[in-house]
Amino acid sequence: MATDTKKVLFGPVIDNNPIALQVLGVCSALAVTSSLANALVMTVAVMLVTGFSNLFISLIRNQIPSSVRIIVQMVIIASLVILVDQVLKAFSYQLSKELSVFIGLIITNCIVMGRAEAFAMKEKPGVSFLDGIGNGLGYGAVLMVVAFFRELFGFGTLFGFEVFTLTQNGGWYQGNGLLVLPFSSFFIIGLIIWAIRQYKPEQVEKD
Amino acid sequence: MEHYLSLFVKTIFIENLALTFFLGMCTFLAVSKKVSTAIGLGVAVVVVLGIAVPVNQIIYQAILAPGALDGLMGVTEAKDSIDLSFLSFITFIGVIAALVQILEMVLDKYFPALYQALGIFLPLITVNCAIFGGVSFMVAKNLTLGESVVYGIGSGIGWMLAIVLMAGIREKMKYSDVPDGLKGLGITFITAGLMAFGFLSFGGISL
Repeated sequence: MATDTKKVLFGPVIDNNPIALQVLGVCSALAVTSSLANALVMTVAVMLVTGFSNLFISLIRNQIPSSVRIIVQMVIIASLVILVDQVLKAFSYQLSKELSVFIGLIITNCIVMGRAEAFAMKEKPGVSFLDGIGNGLGYGAVLMVVAFFRELFGFGTLFGFEVFTLTQNGGWYQGNGLLVLPFSSFFIIGLIIWAIRQYKPEQVEKD
Repeated sequence: MEHYLSLFVKTIFIENLALTFFLGMCTFLAVSKKVSTAIGLGVAVVVVLGIAVPVNQIIYQAILAPGALDGLMGVTEAKDSIDLSFLSFITFIGVIAALVQILEMVLDKYFPALYQALGIFLPLITVNCAIFGGVSFMVAKNLTLGESVVYGIGSGIGWMLAIVLMAGIREKMKYSDVPDGLKGLGITFITAGLMAFGFLSFGGISL
């Protein structure tokens, strides 16, 4: 049981990463990774929503008629996202402004729906909760790596603290303008996928 | 008229949903292997966005917006003003899901050929973040009804343009020699990044 739990929880980080292998939840991964703080908030939000939506859907999985299951799942997910959004607005208004529509977009984040449909509809609540948290972690891992590179090399900071002194502040580091722009995360995610697949060759796609 | 035209061009090119806001990326990356399927999905997105954005605009302005129900409920003092905007996520997603279902039934009954062509893409659209993102932006930008019709159709066409271009590139890419680990998803990410780079050049146009 111990190894099983570990597999459910940490499997999605490298072996079965939601972004790198399952192509789920890419949208928000691109737009919110300009700073580590944003990425961290997004990771925690997605982790909680995925975990709890899996838990609740799994609890009532035997009562959901299959013809309306998408709507039922949507309602559960949307309620959780509203909760996250309201909490964020109350306690960290600045961050919620920066993340703008992307917190709301967790509702349509395919990781949440995908896990609810593929895992929580079949498995027991405890395991489903861990699967949700695990997939949130896998999503967050990619987000944090991308944000780390973008913030460090784009702005010379980590979590807002100066690591490299920029030239305009009298330092030596010339910020990389490309990494400030959102689409640079495409390149970084592409390279991460390449790295994971070099390490795990069985993930390589056949043509 | 000129105002609407410039909004239309702006939503297609300068504020392209797929390549500047990275919305609908999951399907954008997963369903862009062939041009014909990309066109099918693109048309479906245009139709659903064109209907969903104005419908949600009406619902938001009439019911959910802060103070919208005041006249109806006879509220005169500012402190009692009714603000249902926290319900907007759950309402939008419900409306989108319902619209897709209705559209599916109507197409099945009156336009069976089109229904066959769109196939599984219609239900998939419910969870496409491009639709939800379009609706959220409509609220964030505070569009009028007329503007929201133009915005919905324009952003749908922009998304369709992006996915069809992507599918075209991927069809050609079959003949190129891509390193093993980068095959499939990896190179698709990098291609999308380069396309977004290209679309960035529209950013300089002011309308």
